Amino acid sequence: MTELYSMVPEFGQLALIFAFVCAAFQVVVPLVGVNRRAPWLMAYARPLATGQAVFLLISLFSLAYCFVVDDFSVAYVAANSNTALPTPFKISAVWGAHEGSLLLWVTMLGLWGMAVAWLSKTLPIDMIARVLAIMGMVSVGFILFTLETSNPFSRNLPSAPAEGSDLNPLLQDFGLIVHPPTLYMGYVGLSVAFAFAIAALMSGRLDAAWARWSRPWTTAAWIFLTVGIALGSGWAYYELGWGGWGFWDPVENASLMPWLVATALLHSLAVTEKRGLFKSWTVLLAIFAFSLSLLGTFLVRSGVLTSVHAFASDPERGIFILALLGICVGGSLLLYAIKAPTVASSGRFELVSREMFLLLNNLLLVVIALAILIGTLYPLVYDFMGLGKLSVGAAWFNTMFVPLSVGLAVVVGAGAMSRWKVDSLSRIGTMLWPAAIAAIVFGIITPMIISGELKGMVVLGLSVSIWLTLATFIDVWKKARGQITRIPNLGMSYLGMILAHLGVAVTIVGVTMVANYSTEKSVRIAPGERETLGDYVFEFAQGGHITGPNYTSDAVRFNVYEDDELISTLMAEKRRYTARGSVMTEAAIDVSLFRDLYVSMGEPLDNGAWGMRLQVKPFMRWVWLGAIFMACGGFLAMLDKRYRRRVEKKVSVSKGAELGGVNA
Amino acid sequence: MRNYLAFIVFTFFSLPVLAVVDGEKYPFDDPTDARRFELLAEDLRCPKCQNQNLADSSAPVAADLREKVYTLMQDGQTDDQIVDYLVARYGDFVRYNPPFRMNTLFLWGGPVVALLLGLLLIVGIRRAQKKPVSDLSDADKARIEALKKEYLVSQSTNKADPS
Amino acid sequence: MNRGLLFIPLGIFVLMAVVFWVGLGQEDKTSLPSPLIDHPFPEFSLKVLEDGRAVSKADILGAPALVNVWATWCPTCKQEHAFLNELASQGVRIFGINYKDNNEKAKDWLMSFGNPYLWNLSDPNGQLGLELGVYGAPETFLVDSNGIIRAKHIGDLNPKVWQTLKLQFEAME
Repeated sequence: MTELYSMVPEFGQLALIFAFVCAAFQVVVPLVGVNRRAPWLMAYARPLATGQAVFLLISLFSLAYCFVVDDFSVAYVAANSNTALPTPFKISAVWGAHEGSLLLWVTMLGLWGMAVAWLSKTLPIDMIARVLAIMGMVSVGFILFTLETSNPFSRNLPSAPAEGSDLNPLLQDFGLIVHPPTLYMGYVGLSVAFAFAIAALMSGRLDAAWARWSRPWTTAAWIFLTVGIALGSGWAYYELGWGGWGFWDPVENASLMPWLVATALLHSLAVTEKRGLFKSWTVLLAIFAFSLSLLGTFLVRSGVLTSVHAFASDPERGIFILALLGICVGGSLLLYAIKAPTVASSGRFELVSREMFLLLNNLLLVVIALAILIGTLYPLVYDFMGLGKLSVGAAWFNTMFVPLSVGLAVVVGAGAMSRWKVDSLSRIGTMLWPAAIAAIVFGIITPMIISGELKGMVVLGLSVSIWLTLATFIDVWKKARGQITRIPNLGMSYLGMILAHLGVAVTIVGVTMVANYSTEKSVRIAPGERETLGDYVFEFAQGGHITGPNYTSDAVRFNVYEDDELISTLMAEKRRYTARGSVMTEAAIDVSLFRDLYVSMGEPLDNGAWGMRLQVKPFMRWVWLGAIFMACGGFLAMLDKRYRRRVEKKVSVSKGAELGGVNA
Repeated sequence: MRNYLAFIVFTFFSLPVLAVVDGEKYPFDDPTDARRFELLAEDLRCPKCQNQNLADSSAPVAADLREKVYTLMQDGQTDDQIVDYLVARYGDFVRYNPPFRMNTLFLWGGPVVALLLGLLLIVGIRRAQKKPVSDLSDADKARIEALKKEYLVSQSTNKADPS
Repeated sequence: MNRGLLFIPLGIFVLMAVVFWVGLGQEDKTSLPSPLIDHPFPEFSLKVLEDGRAVSKADILGAPALVNVWATWCPTCKQEHAFLNELASQGVRIFGINYKDNNEKAKDWLMSFGNPYLWNLSDPNGQLGLELGVYGAPETFLVDSNGIIRAKHIGDLNPKVWQTLKLQFEAME
């Protein structure tokens, strides 16, 4: 019997090759145009970027098609799917492992490039040519990497398996549908800021207009990164079964570092836009942010570090990515070292001024990112020096992170309401002393009320977040001159900042409370029995079996009582996935604003009894709520009038301005 | 809110408290000891797993090590003694909290040094900015100070410039 | 501002790249170096698997030996077993530690696949394993005639590994 195999995988691969060709031309043609001052050559940048994106989308959709129709002649599909896998998971399985997630990565890079091409009509043509050429360079590198070492379309003909090995059960979850795409949008989005920075270095031109163009792109990438990280944390929380939401694992650190530097970049861009200062800092931060994105890609896919999240480790791929890293990062840092003086700022600000606060703010953010980098890489360095194997874990990271972030929160509270160029501590002090007093007082009283014990970490965390919150409110009140109706008129950019800073305070509260006041109990519990944890009584209502689409499970239903009133029914499961035989713990969580109740199954004991783990986690939701606030704040800032004003202005600007490179 | 605060107080004083993993096997009479055990298990690394601590790992060797930590605790050993015991057999790898030694100086000191260097850099920037001002005459400097004060006063009566 | 300062980020990156380059070249990332090298083999009093008699550390002294940690549940141990048989026939002294295993199963296993060991220690609850820093099977220790551990190999013994270990073994007293 002859099997007819679909040609779709081949079309997908061909599309990828076409995308590579577009990207290659996208690098060469516009740059030649810049060199020869030929606008007609530079004009090719936009259509080439669009073409690249279209071909990448075709490629990605081809791969998705192969998954949906269960084409196991494609090796990647066979390794990550199964006929019994529910269709939404078949689609998300596209990015469930190395090759496919890399295809997603490059496709997103293409999409960002296309977006820059279409939404930049007011940019001078030579600027857009450089920016797209640089983004093209990154694309060339990564598409080549995909085609050469990580081709998702390789086939295992002539003998295609009848059934696939199934997607890793840990990944058969809504989390896989949202977390990687959002995170990658953030990582890859930082390439836009990077491209703008390199373009500025290449042309020797960097002015406030440049900052105004770069800012919304950077904000957009930052928002995606914020949400992506929060999604990852939330997913780990309910998926891994023991209630942890952050482990300082190398892969997590790989996402936190670019986020911190991107935050510093946003603040530096604000100064460059407003005052024309910090130009070379902004350029350096843009390079750092994207470099850390690339570093993350390297760490996760090369096998250099051990992690629960790492993709397949393969030294050959590692070497390729290291080469990419070397060219991208090494090249841009070299360019920076040589050309930074051409974009240097000249301007002055006092010791007490908004600029100084922002400088301190950025210093702290960068030092935190550096600390995380040191902690993550030190085991590698230690091994390299022949000293053996060392582990750097949560205890060390917290020791570094806590004091630095406390300092940061203090600076943000005062800095956000400081004035440009010159300000005075006495003015700030006069405005904010009530916030400081209230912060210390409530920071001390609250832990005393809660547990009668003065826990240092709690005092620090709560006082600093109360300080930040009150300082922010005082500033808004003063600016609105005591009238609530004036608040919406304060400007989107300002309101975005307020919301984002409040988000920081909310997250600090969440982390402080959850880390210090969580309670748990590991118990043996049989049907009908009850266990008490704090104010809550957990009753084993019923045990049973469930058959899912591709798994079978033992399930336990719990009734939860508070003050003798039934407040919730929870069902925890222990699933066995048929294809791979893996066992997953599905925790049961009762969510509420001020606490999460977390129930997970341990081992089965005699007579239908189970070992269970019960947890009460106060303020757990606040950790992610803060991130949502931050993302919304960023979104508001992007909506600010000054970015929309450009669109209205564009209509009245003549074509000549576009070609002549006049800055708007 | 009052209920919430009350339950936290209640929890803290309830006895006996069982430790994190497999509470059945590690009973403690004293809640502070249970907490100690939890912290030790969280700061010790499973030698076989992909980056997991003893508290969260289900590997057999992790279970053995937890058992050992429990036994040593019952024997009255201190946290340092317990960690040293395991390090003597498995190496520094099992500590998530790295030791403070000569060869980890860069690890522990790195961030602090970076912070100090950054502050020095800021001072340097300030100095570079300040220089021209010192070339002015005293009369000019006095004028500048007066203008600064005037600016501050005028700003406090106007609406301040947002962001 | 000194021009040279601008090259610092590049310099740091180059250092990092070198570390990564070397890190990629490392072959085995999961084996932990043993802190027991050049330390005495731990004291023990356990029973011999084969005949149940009690033995202690003194019984392995006198000449250089290999101490091999194995179990019936360990598939890699089966792979290395043929090679251990070969070494034993060459006259290498090998003692075994039957780690976290069932005595009966272990005896049957040795009956089926051959017994290269002078005798085996029965360590059903892994206590001696813990003293030795064992975290998986198979692991092999090179012990000299005075009972000092001179080397530890994680993973199976095979001709390629033995090429390097042999030199160390023969250099031992």
